[in-house]
Amino acid sequence: MTRDDTIQKEPTETLDTSGMLCPLPVYKAGLALKGLEQGDVLRLVCTDPGSLADIPAFARQGGHVLLEVDDQGSTQTFLIEKGPGS
Amino acid sequence: MTVATEPEAGTPQTKERPKRLALVASKGTLDQAYPPLILALTAASLGWEVGIYFTFYGLDILHKDRFESLKVASLANPAGPIQVPNIVGAIPGATAMATKTMKRWMDKAGMPTIPEFIDMTRDLDVKFFACATTMGVMDVSEDDLIKGCDIAGAAAFLDYAATADVQLFI
Repeated sequence: MTRDDTIQKEPTETLDTSGMLCPLPVYKAGLALKGLEQGDVLRLVCTDPGSLADIPAFARQGGHVLLEVDDQGSTQTFLIEKGPGS
Repeated sequence: MTVATEPEAGTPQTKERPKRLALVASKGTLDQAYPPLILALTAASLGWEVGIYFTFYGLDILHKDRFESLKVASLANPAGPIQVPNIVGAIPGATAMATKTMKRWMDKAGMPTIPEFIDMTRDLDVKFFACATTMGVMDVSEDDLIKGCDIAGAAAFLDYAATADVQLFI
């Protein structure tokens, strides 16, 4: 799921997965979201070359809302709002 | 701000009906042990149900005396970590060298070891099926396996896989 969101949501937690390769960013993000409440926002930093494809897929499959993707080349930052699923 | 596009992902999963991944792990070398565990860990992180059926050499991944010392073949493995002619790959110590090289790659990339992957996947409730026929053929007892495996034949695994959304043989 993605949506246009003009209201800036403050991240509840930041997870930096710099240097980690698949499956670790998705795994760590899953663990981090488990510890959050529905509606909380995880700020996820990735350097895995697959993350631009993987993190949207993770959010969609996990029933979370991908609020923002910021692609800075070698680093990507995602804002993920925890959904009702997990 | 850019938002990635959404490709088709089939029927969305619900709380009542999570997606299910059924894997067959049929190989017992270090390099071939990673793919099923990586896929299982990823799917479980997406909230999917996951079961892996360990059969034939794949059963070594559950064998408590072997799963910590899986090896990479140096012979007849042209894509292996040490690319040498088969005559060199056959020299004693070549398998150890190929194994050491792959372990060094994995460590350098920050990848967990196979025992670590097993712990991580099981913490996310991935089911491990141990092939009953392999146990009989290769004389492996339940005590030889790491704890918490379900001993199952092909019918039991197919029953599990019949309702899976993704089934893969590795």
